[in-house]
Amino acid sequence: MSYIQLDMIDLALAGLLVLANAGLSLWLQLGLERRMLIAAARMVVQLSLVGMVLKALFLAVSPLWTGLAALAMIAFAGHEILARQDRRFGGWWAYGLGTGSMLLAAGLVTIFALTTQLRPDPWYHPQYAIPLLGMVLGNTMTGISLGLQTLTGAVVDQRVAIEARLALGVAAGEAVLPAMRKALKAAAMPIVNAMGTTGLVSLPGMMTGQILGGVDPAQAVKYQILIMFLISGGTAAGAVTAVTLGARRLFDQRQRLRLDRLG
Amino acid sequence: MMLEVEGLTRPGLNPAFLHLAAGECVAVSGPSGAGKTLLLRAIADLDPNEGRVSLDGALRESFSGPAWRCQVTYMAAEPGWWAETVAQHFRHWPGLSGMASRLGLQAEVGAAPVARLSTGERQRLALLRALEGEPKVLLLDEPTAALDAVACHGVEALLSQALGNGVAILLVSHDRAQADRLAGRHLLVEAGCVREEGA
Repeated sequence: MSYIQLDMIDLALAGLLVLANAGLSLWLQLGLERRMLIAAARMVVQLSLVGMVLKALFLAVSPLWTGLAALAMIAFAGHEILARQDRRFGGWWAYGLGTGSMLLAAGLVTIFALTTQLRPDPWYHPQYAIPLLGMVLGNTMTGISLGLQTLTGAVVDQRVAIEARLALGVAAGEAVLPAMRKALKAAAMPIVNAMGTTGLVSLPGMMTGQILGGVDPAQAVKYQILIMFLISGGTAAGAVTAVTLGARRLFDQRQRLRLDRLG
Repeated sequence: MMLEVEGLTRPGLNPAFLHLAAGECVAVSGPSGAGKTLLLRAIADLDPNEGRVSLDGALRESFSGPAWRCQVTYMAAEPGWWAETVAQHFRHWPGLSGMASRLGLQAEVGAAPVARLSTGERQRLALLRALEGEPKVLLLDEPTAALDAVACHGVEALLSQALGNGVAILLVSHDRAQADRLAGRHLLVEAGCVREEGA
């Protein structure tokens, strides 16, 4: 493998573009210059820190530290799911439902890929485990948050129809099925669309990254296909788990609709 | 007694006591917001509630929620619809054409989209839908509120027939004359308190 190393001067030169943007903002009185510079500074600091963390993780190759890093990523993603919900479940369910589903789905899919397709030595090697989890997690997070958002919205919208069926003696699981279908469709759409347009409209970041790193494009494409399959599996598993548990939570033991459980 | 309710309570409803015999209709009246709908929904077990409710001597807890509501069916004042056409809301729409025509509804209504029906047509269809399940107790929340006199008469005739078949009916109605025609006893709900009229 051969790749061109970057030094600080290279980055400083590219950073001039951001300064030019800030200058443009001043000149055109957009009022964006401050936010733009702060965002650029944040990005540099955050990425440098991540780089340091990854470097330390790769040196350690410790199951404990790798696991902790993975849990921290899942915890942040769980927070993001919560932030994207208009209607949240009350109590622990608010955070636990999305995070738990993600832990299960992204964890299983990542471990599946590490132990059967990639097989690094050891199987939890952070150089493979962390990037893989990151990619699966990002998409599973989107799927779960879309699924939950659509589910709670649909059940609130369909309240009268759902209660009409309950009143006639229909089981809760059947009455909520249309809302669940809508939620699962919404969760699956982004990955279905992404798979359909990848390679035509967009060149995926991981693949282009590998090509820049000197990997044979044919190999990079194989990696990308693997990732897309893993993402669709993780998204489906996570969304089905979250939507099913969420739908259950909206009904009680007597199979009554309990919208009061949405905070 | 077919339906016995003892100390039924929920937020907005003081402990309520009432009973219905087979084939008996009891009318419920009271000002808006007094708790009539809350009472009916609590009996149907559609909202969290407490109290002793039994059907033919069997406690409500011995039924699953859906099994109870199959027997003790609540019909909302504004019924809900979950599919596109009318017939999709029934187990077997063609089998109901006789009852439908008595309510002034043609069999062709089955193919019509629900969205295109009038409020009155929807209300009558919701009653048919409730009767199709052959419940033992019907909890009706203003079933003729949106109906003209002719349609109202059809509904009352159908309810009388159901009573004759042994169905017990708890009827919320603002129409005193209708309540007198159908019901033997009257309950009054005021500020969450349920009491027998004259008691």
